[in-house]
Parts: sequence; structure tokens; C-alpha cells
Amino acid sequence: MFETLSHLALQQYWWIIISVLGAALVLLMFVQGGQTLFFTLSKTPEERTLLINVLGRKWEFTFTTLVTFGGAFFASFPLFYSTSFSGAYWAWMILLFAFIIQAVSYEYRSWPGNFLGGRTYEVFLFINGLIGTFLVGVVVATFFTGSPFFINDMNESFWQSPLRGIELLFNVHNLTLGLAVFFLARTLGVLYFLNNVDHAILEARIRKSLLYNALPFLVFFLTFIIWLMFRDGYAIHPESGVIFMQEFKYFINFMEMPVVLMLFLIGVVLVLYGIGISLLKKSSKGIWFSGAGTFLTVFSLFLIAGFNNTAFYPSSHDLQSSITIMNSSSSHFTLTVMSYVSLMVPFVVAYIWYTWRAITRHKMSKEELKSENHIY
Amino acid sequence: MLENIDFELVNWSRGQFALTAMFHWIFVPLTLGLSYMLAFMETMYYKTGDPEWKRITKFWMKLFGINFAIGVATGIILEFEFGTNWSNYSWFVGDIFGAPLAIEGIMAFFLESTFIAVMFFGWDKVSKRFHLTATWLTAVGASLSALWILVANAWMQNPVGTLFNPDTARNEMVDFWAILFSETAVNKFLHTVTSGFVIAALFVVGVSSWFLIKKREHLFAKRSIVIASVFGLISSLILTGTGDSSAKEIVKTQPMKFAAMEALYEGQTQAPLVAFGILKGSDLHQNLDEDSRPDFYMKIEIPSMLSVLAHNNPNSYVAGIKDHIMGNEEQGIMSYYEKIERGYHAQQELLAFKEAQKQDPNGEAFLSLKAQFEDPDFIENHMQYFGYGSFYDPDPEQLKKNAFTMVPPISMTFYAFHIMVILGGYFLVLFAVFLFLVLRNQLHDKVWLLWAAVWTIPLGFVASQAGWIVAEVGRQPWVIQDLMPTMRGVSHIDTLSVMITFFLFAIVFIGLFIAEVKIMVKQIKIGPKKKEDPNNV
Ligand code: HDD
Ligand code: HEM
Ligand code: HEM
Repeated sequence: MFETLSHLALQQYWWIIISVLGAALVLLMFVQGGQTLFFTLSKTPEERTLLINVLGRKWEFTFTTLVTFGGAFFASFPLFYSTSFSGAYWAWMILLFAFIIQAVSYEYRSWPGNFLGGRTYEVFLFINGLIGTFLVGVVVATFFTGSPFFINDMNESFWQSPLRGIELLFNVHNLTLGLAVFFLARTLGVLYFLNNVDHAILEARIRKSLLYNALPFLVFFLTFIIWLMFRDGYAIHPESGVIFMQEFKYFINFMEMPVVLMLFLIGVVLVLYGIGISLLKKSSKGIWFSGAGTFLTVFSLFLIAGFNNTAFYPSSHDLQSSITIMNSSSSHFTLTVMSYVSLMVPFVVAYIWYTWRAITRHKMSKEELKSENHIY
Repeated sequence: MLENIDFELVNWSRGQFALTAMFHWIFVPLTLGLSYMLAFMETMYYKTGDPEWKRITKFWMKLFGINFAIGVATGIILEFEFGTNWSNYSWFVGDIFGAPLAIEGIMAFFLESTFIAVMFFGWDKVSKRFHLTATWLTAVGASLSALWILVANAWMQNPVGTLFNPDTARNEMVDFWAILFSETAVNKFLHTVTSGFVIAALFVVGVSSWFLIKKREHLFAKRSIVIASVFGLISSLILTGTGDSSAKEIVKTQPMKFAAMEALYEGQTQAPLVAFGILKGSDLHQNLDEDSRPDFYMKIEIPSMLSVLAHNNPNSYVAGIKDHIMGNEEQGIMSYYEKIERGYHAQQELLAFKEAQKQDPNGEAFLSLKAQFEDPDFIENHMQYFGYGSFYDPDPEQLKKNAFTMVPPISMTFYAFHIMVILGGYFLVLFAVFLFLVLRNQLHDKVWLLWAAVWTIPLGFVASQAGWIVAEVGRQPWVIQDLMPTMRGVSHIDTLSVMITFFLFAIVFIGLFIAEVKIMVKQIKIGPKKKEDPNNV
């Protein structure tokens, strides 16, 4: 069935998949957010262990989603992969190191004889939470703000800044998204704790920290969005394929794709609703609303970056080198093959859901840690 | 032509990839093999209900968990590194390679990480049957992770099922099944996965032997040894068989690698196999010329065996390194000189294609060039040697010199191959002896044999790292056989950045490695949980 689709349709289908994975990734970064909080929220080692174990049950999902996001991006839009990863070398390398140290920290933290000491692994988790969220935000912001590269007609890329990715941090618009994602992850982390921790004293402390994270999130997020609506964007001329700067491009994209605008607005409202009921009604279900809202919001942002004749990875150095879903994708054949593979995704989601229901029916309490077979 | 290449950058990038891949490969084989052994042990528990089997399963599962985390941490590096350090390669292969990588994520990694959670956290929460299923699915997931990345690797060794597209300047997939079921891919998967099984079996046998030496946990150790030596013996047989078929297939697809594995300079009929040998000099591939010949301090040869290994026929001709470079008309081998000329022609046509496209994308000149890239004759006679063109030089003398640089490091490939094969034979014998003795209940007092098993654990890793050196170093100077030389694959970065990341990786790896080994050793010393511990059963 997929082979009958046009190349463009397949490219769009794959951009939607990339957007879904990206949205899922940001949503799952509640794990990273939580990792920046357990130091301040806990007063005793026991409380800290409880919080870390609550997070530890989910870290692999975030990690695996990141890996799959990378793999899917490589498979569907390899030119982005080769250009961005080699170009913004240091930005990606720092991000990478932040994830290497995360993967061992949960497992090694509590084993005796772990060489660096439990505290070090906790600091690793903190670093991962801080850098992982912030840098992902900064890099995603370049989908709108552009990066300094040049691509020749053999599709080899050349980065034009000697700072190799560090220069992305000097763009204030990028920073606003970095900080927004950081505080969003923390907010989601708080909501996730509320939903999963069974401990009265901790709960009070957790709830109190919600406001301090939700407010900065809102400030940075709104700054980013308003700025985005007013800035010029990288548009593609539909017939000639020439790239040019268009005023209010991303605002226009919302207007021309009302469905995406609706998704965005619903998303934002859900995020706020989840925060609201947790603050005002002492609900512990906020994560479901804010989580779903985060997903929809990020999903719609990816869509306005890539759809409606927009270059999703623009070059600020040479407009015509900008990367679009048309000029960077895999061949028709490969996208077709992979589209069949993508049919497995709902099945994967279903078994994950089923399995997790089976092993986490209840909130985690101190008692559980004592009886548990495997603890972090 | 070769002057514009920054070899400093190329070599640091290669070094970094080698470092990270080899580090990943320390942990992966244990994951591959231990996961199945856990499944066997838990199946025994499920069938017999004997709590001792549960203790056994849980002990090895603990070690599995310690190892798994670091395997995951090192895997993500490799995925990123394709993009960060090998960007031209990533673009060139993205159309083929991305797909296996994405499938791996969707199909294998999620399977593994979901069911590992059940394995660890689910003991008291899900039914015994569900738990057992989860353990089996974890093992299957691990093997599937290996499958897809190995298919990708096999394609670089033997690029089938694709066609060059001049528009995008890369190879594009035209036949998925040809890639998945190429002879190289099948061999590679079977050989590599079984090598993981062997390593894990050696690990279990070695650790259990240690318990026997210390006179602890008798039943536990014996049962573990039975499971592991049966598994190890069967795997070793498959490993040797697929190793043999890998070698036969390399004769066809990567004959230069094969010649280097045996340090065979001149081709011959009834070629002898060097069973053991020590070469004079260590960088034989440098300064190679028409008169070079191999010099051994000593060697033990098996007559005609190499001809048998290569073609199943003692009288067959086995081509040597110089046959490939200088050509051999009698045997129908085209010289590298000729291949370079042909590849160069293909590259020039590509440049002409791009130029014509700029002039007039509907013009006569452009359309005929475009047609040429679809012409089977041109593909067969020129595009097939595309990568050789990078070694072209207008001066014929220099061109010949360049051709003599297109040889992999001979001594490294030679030694690595021989170490692997010798150890493979030894492991096979070891498993057989252990199985025999443990079944006759005569193992526990043979202390020297038990110690031998303990010290064989590191040798398993040596053998398989050596195997990868044969595969990866032996294919130099290609990153994609005949199509892309390694030096063309690198990203345009400054060498300093790569050096810094190389050392950062080295430092982090050393730290993590010490931590993992210390935790592991500590847990082995502690041993399985006490029987009276109510948490256990
Ligand atoms: C425990 C480890 C181990 C052992 C005992 C052996 N191998 Fe092996 N070998 C590997 C572990 C390995 C490996 C790590 O899995 C490699 C690296 C790449 C690959 O495909 O498998 C490999 C590669 C490899 C290659 C190169 C494949 C390529 O370049 O694509 C050949 C020709 C052989 N092996 C042949 C053998 C033979 C004839 C053996 C005789 C006993 C043998 N191996 C034992
Ligand atoms: C985990 C097992 C592996 C090990 C131990 C390993 C080992 C190595 C080594 C030693 C090198 C350096 C060779 C040299 O430059 O002389 C290398 C290079 C490389 N390998 Fe592997 N490799 C492994 C798996 C893979 C796989 C599965 C792929 C691809 C799918 C791959 C792709 C590459 C690439 C792209 C390079 C760099 C280019 C080059 O030097 O040719 N490797 N590897
Ligand atoms: C050089 C190319 C390679 C890349 C890019 C790569 C990538 C990865 C990644 C990203 C992970 C982490 C997955 C997770 O999040 O769970 C991983 C783990 C794993 N890889 Fe690799 N890998 C490579 C080579 C290999 C080879 C050659 C094998 C096997 C033959 C292998 C087998 C595994 C297995 C079994 C795991 C999961 C368990 C473990 O971590 O120990 N990988 N790999």
C-alpha cells in the first residue's frame, strides 16, 4: 500500500513520525526533570532513594526513545543527520556524554564497591537532567533560527563556525527554548512524583515546588512562542524550490494549517490544566493532562517547522543549503520499506502499556523498597 | 589527489571509532549469551519448581543487570558517532543503513528494555509464566538488536541490493531482501551471535569453577556448569562452522582481506595454511612494492589446507596480495591499476553530470549522462570500482605507488585471525572436557582445570575482539568495500576536537570499566543469596 504513495507523501508521513517521536521524547523527559529535583526535595537518604527508584522505573523508556528518535531521523532524513551531528559537533557530544553517564548511574548507584561512590552517580543524574533537557531545547530551537552551514552538490556539508555548535548558545531565542524545556521537564517531574510517590511528608514538599517550576516555564515558553510568531521564517518556493525569508512564516503556518493550530492550543490548555488541578485541587492526576498537552504542543511545533513549504533545518549561512523534508530524505524505496516497519509501532506501544500496568499497579512507598528484588 | 586528505584527522577518527566500538563489544556479547542462559535456567525452575533453580537464575540475572547498563551506555555513542565523525559516510549509506538502525530501535530495543523491567521488578508481581515469557523475550530482543546492526555492517563489507543515484550522490536501496539475506549478512549474524554465546558460556563456566575451587555452592556451580557447557559446546560448533563459511565467502567478496589474513603475497595452487607463524617486521603493509615478500621467523604449515579452506579443493588457486594489485591475467584477476582508472572515469562522469545539470537540466548532454548511470554496462564496468578512483594520479608511476597503499595492515590482520582460530579450537575442547567431567561428577577435585576455566574468561573476549579486528581492520582502506575509502567518509572537523573527544571517551571508559568490574567481582564474591532468605523463593 505504501509503494503507491508519492515520494512527497512518504516524506510527509515520515516527518509526522519524527514529530511523534520528538514529542514523546520531550514528554518522557520528566525523568530528566525529576533528576534535577531529588536533591532538593529529599531530606533523608531514604527519601532520596524512594524518589530515585520512582524515576528509575522509567529511565529506559526515555533513553530508548532517544535512541529510536536518532535512528528514525537517520533512516528518513539522513542529510539532517550527517549535517547537524558533524557540524554542531560539540553540542551533540556534550549531550551524548550527559546520556552516557545516566545509563550507568541508576544501576550502579546502590551496589557496594561501585568505585566512584553513590553520591557521584547521583550527581551524574543531576547533570544529565540539567544538560539533557536544556541542550535538546537549544538544538530544537535551531529548527527555526538556523545554523551556519554549507552543503555542496555532492551533499557534503561544511560547518562555518569554528565553535562547532557552541555558537548555538549565543542566540537568545535558542536559549529561551532551552530554558523552557528545562523547566517544563521539571514541572512534569513534579507532577510525575505526585502521581507515583506514596509518602505524606514528601508529597507536601513536592507540591510546594510545583509553582516555582511552572512559573519560569510559562515565562520562557511564552517568550519563545511570541518571538517565533513575529520572526521571519525559512520558506520554500513551491514551484522552483528556492528558499527565501518570509515574514511571520511560522504564524502563517499556523493560520494555513488550522488543525495544527488547534492541536497546539489544546496542548497548551492541557498543560495548564494539569498544573492547575495539581495546585488548586491537590489532584495527583495532573501528569496525565500536562503530559498529553506537552505531547500535542511539541508535536505541533515540529509540524510547523517542516510542513507547509518550510525548511526544517535552515542554514543561516547559505539559504539555498537549507534542509527540507524534500531534499534530505531517503529514497522512495527505503521510505516505503520503513513505512511498513512503522506499522509495528502501535503494537509496541500496546505491549509496553500492558506490561507496565502489570508491574506498577500501585504507588511506590518506603515499604516496597524493602521488599523489592531489584532496587536502584 | 591523495594530497588533499587530512590523514591526521582520518586516523584520529578511526581510533575513536575503534575505541568506542571495541568498548561496546566488551559488554554486548555477555548480554547476548547470558540472556539465553537465564532463559534456560528459569525454564528449569518453571518446569521443576525447584527453588534452587530460582536462586541460580537470580544470581546470574544480577550479573546480567550490571553488565547490561553499561552496554546500553556505550551503544548510544556509536549511533551518534556515525553522524558526528563519519558524516560523509552517513549520507552515502543513510539510505541503506538508516533502515536497519530504525528497525532496531522500534523492534529490538523496546522489546528488550520493556521485558528486562519485568525480569527485574516483576518477580512477585506477575505470574510465573509471564515472567518466564519476559525472560525469553529479553533474549530474543537482544539477538534482534544484534541482527540489524550486523546487517548494516555486512552491507559495508559486501554492498549488494543497491544502485548509485547521481542526483543525490549516494547509493540507494533497491532490494531489501538482498541486503537482509546476503551471504555476508547471514554469516555475520550467525558467527557473531554465537561468539557472544560462547563468551557468556565461558563466563558462567569460569565463575562457577571459582565457586568450586573455594568449595562453596556446590550444587549451584555444578548445575550452572552443565547448562553453560552444553550451550557453549553447541555454540562453539556453530561458531566454527560459520567461521569457515565466512572465510569462504570473503575469498569471493573481499579477497584482499583474505590474502592479508594469511599474509599470502604470491598466489599459488595447493596453497598451505600457516597454522602458526611469527612474521618479521610489524608494518608490512607500508613500503610494499613489486618485490616484497613475507618473512617469517618461524611457521608451521599444513600443506594445501588454504586451498581447501578457500575453495574446498586442494588444487585450487588462492590469489595473493600482489595478484590483486598487479593483476593476474591467467587467473582472470583485474589489477588495481585498472580498477583505479575505471573508478576515476566513473567519478569524472559524476562531475560532468553535475556540471551538465547546472548548465541545463533538460539538455541533451545532461540526459545522456543520466541515462549512462542506469546503463548496466557502465554500472558493471565502472561504477563498481567507483571508490578506486580516489587513488587516481595523473602520473602513472604515482598511480602504481598509490595502488600499493591499498592494502590493510597485514600483520595485525594475520595475528588477529590466527589468535581467533586457535582460541576457537581451544574453547571447543574445554567445553567438551567440562561437560564430560561434570556429568561423571569428577570435576570438583581437578583444581588446575578449574583454574584454567577461570583464566579462560578473558581469552573469550580476546578472541572476539580479534575477530572484529580481522573484519574491520582487514577491510581497510575501505569503509564501504570498493565504493568509499575510509578517508572519504570522515566529517570535516578539526583534528583537535576529535582528539579531545577521543581522550574524554578513554577517561570515561576507564572509569566505568573499573566500576563495573569492581561491582561484578564483589557480587560474585558475595555469591547467590542465602537459602534461608525469605526473599528468595
Ligand atoms: C569467541 C569468539 C570467536 C571465535 C572463537 C572465533 N570467532 Fe571468528 N569472529 C568473531 C568471534 C570469534 C567475531 C567477533 O564475532 C567476528 C568479528 C566480525 C564478525 O563477523 O564476527 C569474527 C570474524 C571472523 C571472520 C571475518 C569475518 C568478516 O571479515 O566479515 C572470519 C573469517 C572468522 N571469524 C573465522 C573464524 C574461524 C575459522 C574460527 C575458528 C574457530 C573463528 N572465527 C573463531
Ligand atoms: C561491536 C563490534 C565492533 C567492533 C569491535 C569494531 C571494531 C572496529 C575497529 C577496530 C575499527 C577501526 C578499523 C581501522 O580503522 O583500522 C572500526 C572502524 C569502523 N567500524 Fe567497526 N567494529 C564493530 C562493529 C561495527 C559495526 C556493526 C559497524 C557498522 C554497522 C561498524 C562500522 C565501522 C565504521 C564506520 C568504522 C570507521 C571507518 C573505518 O575505520 O573503516 N563497526 N571498527
Ligand atoms: C557499531 C555499530 C553499533 C551501534 C550504532 C550500536 C548501537 C547501540 C545502541 C544505541 C544501544 C543501546 C540501546 C538501548 O537504548 O537499549 C546498543 C545496545 C546493544 N547493542 Fe549495539 N551498536 C553497535 C554495534 C553492535 C554490535 C556489533 C552488536 C552485536 C553483535 C550489538 C548488540 C547490541 C546489544 C545486544 C545491545 C543491547 C544490550 C546491551 O547493551 O548490552 N551492537 N547498541
